[in-house]
Amino acid sequence: MSEHDTFREEIGEEGLADPRETGRPHRPHPSAKEYIRIGMILAVLTSLEVWTSYSGLPHGLMITFLWVMSAIKFSLVALWFMHLRFDDPRYSRFFMLGLVGACVLYLLVLLSFRVFAR
Amino acid sequence: MAETAAHAARPAHVEEHTSTGLPNTKLAMWLFLGSECLLFGALITTYVLYRGASQTGPYPSDVFDIPYTSVSSFVLLASSVTMVLALTAAEKLDHVRMRLWLLATAFLGMTFVGGQVYEFTHFYREGLSLSTNLFGTTFFVLTGFHGVHVTVGILMLLSLVGMSSTNRLPDDPAFPVEMVGLYWHFVDVVWIVIFTVVYLIPNAPPK
Repeated sequence: MSEHDTFREEIGEEGLADPRETGRPHRPHPSAKEYIRIGMILAVLTSLEVWTSYSGLPHGLMITFLWVMSAIKFSLVALWFMHLRFDDPRYSRFFMLGLVGACVLYLLVLLSFRVFAR
Repeated sequence: MAETAAHAARPAHVEEHTSTGLPNTKLAMWLFLGSECLLFGALITTYVLYRGASQTGPYPSDVFDIPYTSVSSFVLLASSVTMVLALTAAEKLDHVRMRLWLLATAFLGMTFVGGQVYEFTHFYREGLSLSTNLFGTTFFVLTGFHGVHVTVGILMLLSLVGMSSTNRLPDDPAFPVEMVGLYWHFVDVVWIVIFTVVYLIPNAPPK
């Protein structure tokens, strides 16, 4: 079966989509229990973040820890609560386009103004 | 009974034309959220660029109350959990539970915005305004934009509840709830970054 045929099969001969569909869901959405488990992990990570900011760790190490925990929390919400882990990967690409753009903007501006060298 | 009859009278969903096989609304929402990343990326970059550049006080260490803002962060995280529970109820076609969880999410959102209003008022009384110094300008613009986004989210949640109560949602309400949920969770992930960059990192002592 050609790629074109596969695509036609996915979207139907009429090119119609059921709005309730989430594209090509790989897995069903998580259960309420799993959502609550993720929520608890997020709460623990937030507590760890606050503790880290008062911990007196070396400045560089502290900032690294804070960024890592923030990235983990961000990923948990995006992957589970926003269902990027379960939905069609094309949604992730759209989101990543903006996210990577924002990170590139951040790095370019701060490098241009030598903020990291302060 | 009347509600059930009203739901039964409406079609479950209406198919739409697409060239991707994906629902256009959901694709547009993700595109919108991608563009929002750029907006908040620019605002956060500006805040970091001017961090420590203020010539006069108040400075972040003079006004920030980390325990207070931490509680606000927990409230917003909790609202994300209630939002997904509303979606779970919507997927099970449990309209009553869905409305309850949506209301809980809106209530938590209002608590967060109320906390932000209190914080802004407190900062203003401490002498920090939009035009006091670079910290005031970048801080109020960044967190103010976020607060406006949360407020819009609350209006969307309350609209969903209102539409559900008056039987104006589709028989299967999961799709509109999921769309509003995507926006709400995005507001949450933006706060995760703001909380770290604006509140926690300046709290770290220098070498």
